[in-house]
Amino acid sequence: MKTITACLDGSTGAKAVCEAGVWASQKLDAPLQLLHVLEKESLPPSGDLSGTIGFGSRQRLLEQLVKLEAEKSRIGREHGEALLNEAKTLARQSGATDLSTLQLHGSLVETLTDLESHIRLAIMGRQGELHDSAHHAIGSHLEHAIRTLHCPVLVVMQEFRVPLRFMIAFDASPTSRKALDLVIGSPLLAGSECHVVMAGKAASTHAPHLEAATRDLKEKGFRTTGTVLDGTAAEALQSYAETHRMGLMVMGAYGHKPIRRFLVGSTTTRMLAETSIPLLILR
Amino acid sequence: MKTTMNVRSFNSIFSPALILHHQTDSMSERIKNEWFSSIRPDLLSGLVVALALIPEAIAFSIIAGVDPKVGLYAAFSIAIITAFTGGRPAMISAATGAMALLMVTLVRDHGLQYLFAATILTGLLQIAAGYFRLGSLMRFVSRSVVTGFVNALAILIFMAQLPELTNVSWHVYAMTAGGLALIYLFPLLPVIGKSLPSPLVAIILLTGIAIATGLDIRTVGDMGELPDTLPVFLWPEVPLNMATLSIIFPYSIGLATVGLLESMMTATIVDDLTDTKSDKNRECRAQGIANIGAGLIGGMAGCGMIGQSVINVKSGGRGRLSSFSAGLFLLIMVVFFDAWIRQIPMAALVAVMIMVSIGTFSWESLLNLRKHPPSTSIVMLVTVITVVSTHNLAIGVFAGILLASLFFANKVGHFMLIKKELDSSGTTRTYRVIGQVFFASADKFTDSFDFREAAANIVIDLSGAHFWDISAVSALDRAVIKFRREGAQVEIIGMNDASATIVDRFGVHDKPEEVEKILSGH
Repeated sequence: MKTITACLDGSTGAKAVCEAGVWASQKLDAPLQLLHVLEKESLPPSGDLSGTIGFGSRQRLLEQLVKLEAEKSRIGREHGEALLNEAKTLARQSGATDLSTLQLHGSLVETLTDLESHIRLAIMGRQGELHDSAHHAIGSHLEHAIRTLHCPVLVVMQEFRVPLRFMIAFDASPTSRKALDLVIGSPLLAGSECHVVMAGKAASTHAPHLEAATRDLKEKGFRTTGTVLDGTAAEALQSYAETHRMGLMVMGAYGHKPIRRFLVGSTTTRMLAETSIPLLILR
Repeated sequence: MKTTMNVRSFNSIFSPALILHHQTDSMSERIKNEWFSSIRPDLLSGLVVALALIPEAIAFSIIAGVDPKVGLYAAFSIAIITAFTGGRPAMISAATGAMALLMVTLVRDHGLQYLFAATILTGLLQIAAGYFRLGSLMRFVSRSVVTGFVNALAILIFMAQLPELTNVSWHVYAMTAGGLALIYLFPLLPVIGKSLPSPLVAIILLTGIAIATGLDIRTVGDMGELPDTLPVFLWPEVPLNMATLSIIFPYSIGLATVGLLESMMTATIVDDLTDTKSDKNRECRAQGIANIGAGLIGGMAGCGMIGQSVINVKSGGRGRLSSFSAGLFLLIMVVFFDAWIRQIPMAALVAVMIMVSIGTFSWESLLNLRKHPPSTSIVMLVTVITVVSTHNLAIGVFAGILLASLFFANKVGHFMLIKKELDSSGTTRTYRVIGQVFFASADKFTDSFDFREAAANIVIDLSGAHFWDISAVSALDRAVIKFRREGAQVEIIGMNDASATIVDRFGVHDKPEEVEKILSGH
């Protein structure tokens, strides 16, 4: 059985990640897995610039480094365990039943890639621990993870509320069409109000696609409205989400070629940085 | 300190880490991680390494019998090229003593141009080794051979300093002793001791003293030409024919082998110290490319440096930027300060090289001589003795590997047992063979049969044995023939399973269930 994997860290958003995990696992009727990855910092502990190598200096240096890192890692592990236990209690109180925790060494993205075949939905906070204070900062792993992973990723903000209304960023591309089909086929958002929104320069030319999309959604029992917006995609989507008090946005990830992404910048990256509501990113 | 460290460790959980080999499409991510994950420590350690490299590169040139500029250009180009191409970030490669020792006779008998040609050929051989994945052959080099190699290297570097210390005035001894004292005592000073490289301090002070007192002692300037310009492209002036090849090829093979050995060992040491992985075969190719580059700008062959890499890690170097900046700083300093470098007394260099040899030597291995099993210690000592007597690290390593393999074969040969059983009627004798039968245990196998016993039926049960090679099979054949001559009926059980290991089907070793089948005694 594929799991809902909630990636926790010590940031203030961890609670929201946990709550979103409970919500998704109840909606999808899938087990919830709380994941904490212990990453290793590669920075040197201290600089000894004396440039000498004396009797057995290789051995001594190794012992020193091992001692320093062992202590750091032990604290990191205990911190992670406490975090997982807390999250587990929270999840249980919120009504999660099928619950497991997992703590692994490695890098987050590598770990998720390894686990990917068992993941139905990965949930991550927008900011890592380093960025707690900075607004609009993306956690260092988030973008990399979204580019690498093929499973759906739900990015949550500092707080999580169960979405009653959600919007789909639609641009008639194969990626967004696929995202739409996934929404239609999944029980995750069933029963909530859906706004299909097209934005960007060429939006008006794709009106028939938009109609088709809204029709499909209506058939599946979503209360649906379709809208075309002017302006650059990221800004228009953002202001639409605010005025209509959306609870969640669904979008396809990194639809364009790398070279265009490099030159023009990516809508996905901008949305990640600027959004104030959770993003469900589908590939 | 304690609290800040804890906070850092919490934060570290989601900070960018130096990740090698992750499957990702984002190339820029990897470049960022390998090059720019710790810019400040990398630049600082690069500077320290550059300062430590200058005296070493000069000293190794002198060992090889070439101008100091040959070693300095080599150090520059090898450090820079391996920074880009290497499989082990933070490893320092440059002109080394191990390589210098191998090229002495080539330079003496044929001249510098042949050295450049041999250097380029060495590079080509190393690239080929990288493509044929010979880096993985390192697993046959046992721990004791590595220790022997390191110790022999330290001894050779030390011995190479002796000519500078014989038939000289007492000033030289005083200077060397003073230099050593500075190198080891200076780091004990608070704050300043850990922020200034002590070998550099020793060199500067000794140079100052030599200039001030106007002592008539040998200086670096007496040893040959120093670089005064940036290196330029230079095709070796040797005839491109078979005669040249037959001169340089034996040297190139030795250089390529020793270079790869030391580089792989250094990579492993840096792996251990930084707890990260490296790509050994990529490192082989990188060493090759770097040597070709060195040969083309008038540099000698080089490889990974154990001592310098330890200094680099110790000084905080973790990324490729550290080796790159080491090479760059080295060139800048050498080209712009050559008037000063010229004045460095040889005694100061000798002190630095003695430090290097002390730091390279594995002192722990002396303590372990008594603790470790004798076979291990013998392998180590044979490696050291062979190297020191032949001045060739490659030969020593081969001797060590050979001896280690023989000891291993001998040990495994003990794992064979033959049980004898006589059935109740007394006519059937059963020999049950258990364990490993191969060239080292074949004689013992034959001896275990009692041919004089007059039994009508002989059963040899091999279902608990492994026949590893043809020696084992022919030993069995001989035993069977002997029994038949005595008029006995011989029956062999389980031959097919026992001999399954003879066939070199390498594919089998990849499958856990097959390996288990073979090891579990069928």
